[in-house]
Amino acid sequence: MKNCLVVDDSKVIRKVARHILESLDIKVTEACDGRDALNQCEAAIPDVVLLDWNMPVMSGMEFLQELSRTKMDARPKVIFCTTENGIGHIKAAVEAGADEYVMKPFDRDTLESKLQIVGVI
Amino acid sequence: MSAPGATPGNSAAFTGAMRILAGLLEARTGQILSESRIWRIETALKPVLRMNGMANLEELVSQLLASTESNLTDDVINALLNNETSFFRDLQTFDMLYRDLLPQLSSSKQDKVLRIWCAGCSTGQEAYSLAMQLRKDAGRWQGWRIQILATDISTAAISRAQSGLFSQIDVQRGLAINDLLRWFEPVGDDWKVSDELRRMIEFRVDNLLEPKASSGDYDLILCRNVMLYFSLERRQKVFSRLAEHSRQGSYLILGAGETVIGQTDAFAASRSFRGSYERSAKTEKINQPVRKTA
Repeated sequence: MKNCLVVDDSKVIRKVARHILESLDIKVTEACDGRDALNQCEAAIPDVVLLDWNMPVMSGMEFLQELSRTKMDARPKVIFCTTENGIGHIKAAVEAGADEYVMKPFDRDTLESKLQIVGVI
Repeated sequence: MSAPGATPGNSAAFTGAMRILAGLLEARTGQILSESRIWRIETALKPVLRMNGMANLEELVSQLLASTESNLTDDVINALLNNETSFFRDLQTFDMLYRDLLPQLSSSKQDKVLRIWCAGCSTGQEAYSLAMQLRKDAGRWQGWRIQILATDISTAAISRAQSGLFSQIDVQRGLAINDLLRWFEPVGDDWKVSDELRRMIEFRVDNLLEPKASSGDYDLILCRNVMLYFSLERRQKVFSRLAEHSRQGSYLILGAGETVIGQTDAFAASRSFRGSYERSAKTEKINQPVRKTA
């Protein structure tokens, strides 16, 4: 069973994402900011990280930069999942190493399709 | 059984109206609404009712029967057709095309002409996905003349396909982010396909049962998730039409739940390319005279 770490400061978004991911047979863990996510990745590397952009303590971009600097056995796939829908944000995320980008609001088909593209399902 | 929204007083009229609308769809397109889909007519037609200030389906049917105006009929047909599609729908099929089948065609065709027909292309995502794949492998197709014809019976779907404009939801279904950045630009809340891709495809309204748009043989025909809406007899007719526009060695791709078995001997499952069918040497028996078009 694949693992997904959902990183979002919104409890509602985490709940929606969990519901969709579990329906796709993916095990879900949650983090409420980038720092929390980084700590969890150091403890156990997930297959994929669903990452919000704007969060307190550590943003999604800061998390991505820290992740690339952190020595790990394997690197998780990273899918940005954010309301930042401008092309500038998308390009910045891809340049920073994001594998995919989901613009909120999203639905099950969108998330399933992005998980297929990154090879998680 | 009572339809959603029907009241005991009007349920017979309501059901009658739905049967007439389903009959109109079949007469115009050959497509049959299954029992499970027939009850979705009301939902599908709500925008048409709203646009024309009509209260219910009975009023719409009365207007259709009384009027000779084709715009209303076109609106009804467009609303009833299922235009569900997405970029790179059934990713495995597109992987197979990119990795195996298209390279095989490039190595076997001496004339350096590649002709592809997306038959039942809906709003164009399938044709644009193919165009992206061909551009991604540009070196292989250097010096080739590539023609992609994309047809659909829905005037609304073809109009959208030609516009090249897709919503945020559309571009997130099946489209990798790097393809979005490479081939699209934002226009307001939507995304527009690049002119480079749009120039590769000719979109046309056409009826698969009486195709006028296509002439000559196609090397690859995609007719996915279309046959399931036809009766067996009409499926055989469509297969005959597809056979007329292909040659021995051409390939046909159907939807995941569709097959040629028991329906035509003009195509047989490919041994080389999983999920595709090859045009066989047998001459397809055609039930009706073929209308020759330019």
